[in-house]
Amino acid sequence: MSDNKRYAMVIDTKTCVGCAACVIGCKTENGVAEGFARDWIFTHTSGTFPDLQMTIRTERCNHCVDAPCVTSCPTGASHYGPGGTVQVNRDKCTGCKACIASCPYDARFVDPRTGTVDKCTYCMHRIENGIPTTACQEVCPTESIFFGDLNDPKSKVSELLDTRESYTLLPDAGTKPMHYFLR
Amino acid sequence: MDEFTSTRSNHLIDPVLHAWGTEVPIYLFLGGMVAGIMLLSGLMALRRTDDRTSHALSLLPWASPFLISLGMMFLWLDLENGFNAIRFYFVFQPGSPMSWGSWILLGIYPASILLAWTLSPAAFRETWLRRLSSVPALESISKWAMERTPFLAMANIVMGAALGIYTGVLLGTMAARPLWNSAILGPLFLVSGVSTGAAFMLLYRLNDKERVFLGRLDMGLITTELLLLALWMIGLSTAGAASRGALGAILGGPYTAAFWTLVVALGLLTPLIGEWIELKHGAIPGRLPAILVLVGGLSLRWILVYAGQFTSWAGNVTAALH
Amino acid sequence: MKRREFIKLGAYGVAGTTLLGGVTTDWFSLYGNPLFNPLTDGDKVVPSFCELCFWKCGILAHVKDGRVTKIKGNPKDPLSRGRLCPRGTGGTGLLYDPDRLKTPLKRVERRGSQEFEEISWDTALNEVAGNFERIKAEYGAGALALFLHGYGGNWMRHLFKAYGCPNIAAPSYAQCRGPRDVAFDLTYGSGVGSPENTDMRNSRCLVLIGSHLGENMHNTQVQDFAEAIRNGADIIVADPRFSVAASKATHWLPVKPGTDLALLLAWMNVIIGEKRYDREYIDNYAYGFEQLEAHVAPYTPEWAYPRTGIEPDLIRRTARLMASARPATLVHPGRHVTWYGNDTQRSRAIAILNALLGSWGRKGGFFMPSEIELPAYEYPGYVEADSNAADQPEASPYPLADQVLAQGLCEATIPGVREAEHIKAWMVYGSNLPTSIPNPEQTRKAIQELEFLVTVDVLPAEIVGWSDIVLPEATYLERCDELYTPYYRQPYIAVRQEVVPPMYDSKPGWWIARELGMRIGLPEFFPWKDSIEYAKTRLESGGYDCDALQRDGVILGEPGPLYYEEGAAPEFYTESGKIELYSNALASHGFDAMPTYHDDEIEEPPQGYYRLLFGRAPVHTFGRTTNNRLLSEVYDSNAVWVNTDVAKRWGFEDGELIHLQNQDGILSTFSAPVKVTSRIRPDAVYIVHGYGHKSKKLRFAHGRGIDDNEMVSRYKVDPIMGGTGMNVNFVTFVRAADVPTAAPGSPERLGSPENTENAASTVEAHA
Ligand SMILES: Nc1nc2c(c(=O)[nH]1)N[C@H]1C(S)=C(S)[C@@H](COP(=O)(O)OP(=O)(O)OC[C@H]3O[C@@H](n4cnc5c(=O)[nH]c(N)nc54)[C@H](O)[C@@H]3O)O[C@H]1N2
Ligand SMILES: Nc1nc2c(c(=O)[nH]1)N[C@H]1C(S)=C(S)[C@@H](COP(=O)(O)OP(=O)(O)OC[C@H]3O[C@@H](n4cnc5c(=O)[nH]c(N)nc54)[C@H](O)[C@@H]3O)O[C@H]1N2
Ligand code: SF4
Ligand code: SF4
Ligand code: SF4
Ligand code: SF4
Ligand code: SF4
Ligand SMILES: [Mo]
Repeated sequence: MSDNKRYAMVIDTKTCVGCAACVIGCKTENGVAEGFARDWIFTHTSGTFPDLQMTIRTERCNHCVDAPCVTSCPTGASHYGPGGTVQVNRDKCTGCKACIASCPYDARFVDPRTGTVDKCTYCMHRIENGIPTTACQEVCPTESIFFGDLNDPKSKVSELLDTRESYTLLPDAGTKPMHYFLR
Repeated sequence: MDEFTSTRSNHLIDPVLHAWGTEVPIYLFLGGMVAGIMLLSGLMALRRTDDRTSHALSLLPWASPFLISLGMMFLWLDLENGFNAIRFYFVFQPGSPMSWGSWILLGIYPASILLAWTLSPAAFRETWLRRLSSVPALESISKWAMERTPFLAMANIVMGAALGIYTGVLLGTMAARPLWNSAILGPLFLVSGVSTGAAFMLLYRLNDKERVFLGRLDMGLITTELLLLALWMIGLSTAGAASRGALGAILGGPYTAAFWTLVVALGLLTPLIGEWIELKHGAIPGRLPAILVLVGGLSLRWILVYAGQFTSWAGNVTAALH
Repeated sequence: MKRREFIKLGAYGVAGTTLLGGVTTDWFSLYGNPLFNPLTDGDKVVPSFCELCFWKCGILAHVKDGRVTKIKGNPKDPLSRGRLCPRGTGGTGLLYDPDRLKTPLKRVERRGSQEFEEISWDTALNEVAGNFERIKAEYGAGALALFLHGYGGNWMRHLFKAYGCPNIAAPSYAQCRGPRDVAFDLTYGSGVGSPENTDMRNSRCLVLIGSHLGENMHNTQVQDFAEAIRNGADIIVADPRFSVAASKATHWLPVKPGTDLALLLAWMNVIIGEKRYDREYIDNYAYGFEQLEAHVAPYTPEWAYPRTGIEPDLIRRTARLMASARPATLVHPGRHVTWYGNDTQRSRAIAILNALLGSWGRKGGFFMPSEIELPAYEYPGYVEADSNAADQPEASPYPLADQVLAQGLCEATIPGVREAEHIKAWMVYGSNLPTSIPNPEQTRKAIQELEFLVTVDVLPAEIVGWSDIVLPEATYLERCDELYTPYYRQPYIAVRQEVVPPMYDSKPGWWIARELGMRIGLPEFFPWKDSIEYAKTRLESGGYDCDALQRDGVILGEPGPLYYEEGAAPEFYTESGKIELYSNALASHGFDAMPTYHDDEIEEPPQGYYRLLFGRAPVHTFGRTTNNRLLSEVYDSNAVWVNTDVAKRWGFEDGELIHLQNQDGILSTFSAPVKVTSRIRPDAVYIVHGYGHKSKKLRFAHGRGIDDNEMVSRYKVDPIMGGTGMNVNFVTFVRAADVPTAAPGSPERLGSPENTENAASTVEAHA
């Protein structure tokens, strides 16, 4: 279904207010363990009073193209899934945490209930079952989250990246993240 | 002024990564030591195949399978989902040092056990062959091995080297932790592992010739290790900002005191000077420097595992709420 | 670390699930990687509306195996439009809060000691009814009072009205939006309502006076705010703090706290002086322009500069920006406006500025809302109360208050404060008075005077600890409430319905009100069997299909014209029938007919003190959600925002624990970490409201952070309508290390009977 797709997420930092509805929405949709989160809000304030700028954005696993978490996984539990997304098969996961140590974004954690690794799935259980939105995208009151196929030039994500200035996190880490932020 | 906040507060990730606790450095330490014992017993076996009276080569090689089992127990304890440990052996993931490691660990057992067997005193072998006579094929395996001591010695050298390098590469390939991100970590851990292996053997009742051999070797190893440490630091300081920042963990950061006192001063310089003085005065190397080397070897891994997790690409911008 | 309790909880599960995990491992798919599905979709999806705050967004609650797994927005609902704020999303954290009130309770020890015994509903209801009847017989219905907040409160309001009690107050009036509503009513003849009739999504220029949208998470407001940003609207934010909204603004004006009126007057001065106002609109619809023109003439930007700290040039530029986008310029009326005691006048200035920009009834300004026609339930009709509400002092009443003042009822409960007979019994529904009414010491005194206090709540909040009888209500997910028919851009009917049956021995509000009504002799006011029958009756008499409503959650009506251009009628229900720039109503009561800046109104903080400001965290509603484990994962405590330079002077490290101490010597019970930040002026500090719970039974929230209300020991009453200006307190810092350990950890300190003499008595100080 997702052959030849390249799923990506685009965050509009101009409208994101950092409310964390995306965090709570993810937690209930995905039954994330108590005390853990797959996505989070990051803010960066610069300047001196009263000339200040602030960036607010929601972050999560970047579903890297060159994902060190997949490379370092000894069991194949971390793997490339539909549309190039990075997924974890809990049935293969030993909880060795090599992937956690190798992720430059600290996007993974151990689910204490199972001892297996958890992280953002880009809601593949929705996307691959015909629901076009991720849970965080669906809830976002400011509509700052966009999800789609970069291989489709007509998709909203392609259009946004074509028309607006964007950046990714830690490009120097060399992982080719698929999570973009619009300025 | 820059202010950062993050709402994230994931246990064992924030505020600093704590994926690996005490089990992993102990495992790496034991692994390194086993690598050293295998390598050294292999070497010594090659050098003096005829010398059946060597203390170093009589029962000592048996330490390898025992210590590696102990190490693997620590590794298993570290697994959050130990029930899936068998999954290590359903695949081979060529990019994953941990996958390499798990397969190498498998090779350690036959190589070390067979070599230990062939080097064991004849009386010992006979007793055990008699006791285990019901086990089929034991006789023929023994016979097969006895004819191939040099080959087994070589195998031990190779497997030992692989194990030693792997314990360093495991950390070294974690590009996400700038402090570890260095090709030097492989050789460094190998050399340090051999050094701890030698130290371990020195704790044993060896004869003077063996002591002098191991002592001298250890001096070389410690010197090499010091050089590699220097190279590692120079490497990091000339790499990108993340690496330079990471080096701060042991140059002014929270792990500075521990690193310079436990690893460098106590674990390397003191035994080096001690062994040098002993050798210079013609004394036979004693156990104190060896103990210090072991302390230093464990500290090196302990501190590197913790300090490495303290460093990250993103800087430590986590869990600052509100 | 702060996550400890979670980790522990998790740890119990680990052993079990690891075992299970090992056994159920999919051994056979060695290489296959099936997609993992968390399976949280409901077997049943029930539409309803949210009660995590009072905005009432339409929701879809997923129920799986009898448990609510997740709550989504209802795409058909005009307020949520399928999206929710974090609080609404985290509603299950309330439903499954382990600390919920589970059975009716009766106090066994002295008030405030939180010692209760469990009793049956029958005993509890009889006790309440008995006390109401006794007090009514002895003193009259005017000796009873109802405090309420939240949609379920409608049933209690009905009960009290039927009983002839005039004392019904919500803290959402005199502690919140009262001054704004009165000011807009005075100016336009109608208020802005809730949901507000702001057309933000179409604004080309948006002016926010403190409204901290994005932290203030009224869902549709935030959605519209984002739409304005997307449309490239110019945004001007006046706030002493670099709020989230300010970070999105074209211009941030870090106005000196309390001086917004000077800024607003200076803007009018520029807009009128440079003839940039909407001449035609003013000519057609406004009354008193000449007076206004003369009135604002002296209020030049140069005059405003030393008062507000905003450069004259910036005042001019922003005024021109507003004028250039008119009439699609919205000067947002705000919502929580009870700041300095002159709030009606500040809100009047906002209303007048909007009139100058011609934005009322215009696209991008204020749309004209409409309501769906739904007949009321046929009751016998309430008997006229035999007394006036007790909140208004006889000597100097608040003539333009159009609702009852909550703090006024507290005062009327304390003998000696008022001349007339005082109140003897309270019912408190969904309002945590010790944390929402300023001067908690006065509230405590009032409570101690009561002969009887009954609370209807869902959680063991502070107010519960003071009650004689506690009635545990079912949460919004477990009950059906009154139908909702707001005035809005899209008129509609919404229904709240039972998603899962009530847990424990909790009961819905309608049932509680009805049972009490039956017991106190009001059966004719409760002729229906249950709330569904009630709703059906109303819907059917209006010709609406109840099943369709229950299935969809909403029934949409036909929107009326939204703007004057579209044919909405420019009708103003004021004395003059016009937009009153000059208010005869105010003048006739001896108030300034036009907003006037009085230099002596704003006090300077004493040396070493800072003005205490407070606001909202996006994931919390006041103190109602700080015990919600799901929501508190994101913000589990508040922090004291301290300007970087001030922090340097005090030698504060970021994260250092401090207490606050106010001008009356009141020390905060708990401590909070310092947030060292450039995002606030040096003369003010800021904390989020709703933390620092003293109730130990709120096991998660207890002791986390500082309760702002504890520091609000004085307030300045708005002489026009009795609103309580609360931003008039000054605080200094005390390092946690310097506070004797006895003070923290004694959660009932301020309120507890044994500590009466320690708490500063400030009842006199706030007039
Ligand atoms: N110091 C200070 N005071 C303030 C404010 C401030 O910012 N600072 N804000 C002011 C404003 S804007 C307002 S609107 C008011 C709000 O004031 P309140 O409405 O009193 O708000 P809370 O303090 O959250 O109290 C709500 C209570 O309702 C209970 N509750 C929640 N859901 C239900 C339910 O379904 N049924 C029942 N029966 N009870 C329920 C909660 O457990 C809690 O005890 O406070 C005002 N007072
Ligand atoms: N997440 C969340 N959202 C909510 C609520 C909630 O509890 N939680 N409550 C809802 C309710 S009932 C209400 S009434 C609203 C309240 O929300 P708002 O109407 O936005 O009002 P406040 O809470 O008073 O606003 C606080 C802001 O005003 C600024 N401020 C303080 N003093 C001054 C001043 O003198 N001048 C200016 N210009 N700014 C000042 C503060 O720095 C802060 O940014 O929020 C609603 N939305
Ligand atoms: S829900 Fe939307 S606005 Fe809120 S933090 Fe997430 S991305 Fe930002
Ligand atoms: S962000 Fe981390 S976990 Fe996600 S794909 Fe990249 S390396 Fe892997
Ligand atoms: S923890 Fe699991 S997913 Fe991560 S590397 Fe180990 S086996 Fe792979
Ligand atoms: S895409 Fe899905 S899994 Fe990822 S953060 Fe959003 S809701 Fe969570
Ligand atoms: S704004 Fe949020 S909390 Fe309030 S009703 Fe809507 S979803 Fe619920
Ligand atoms: Mo409010």
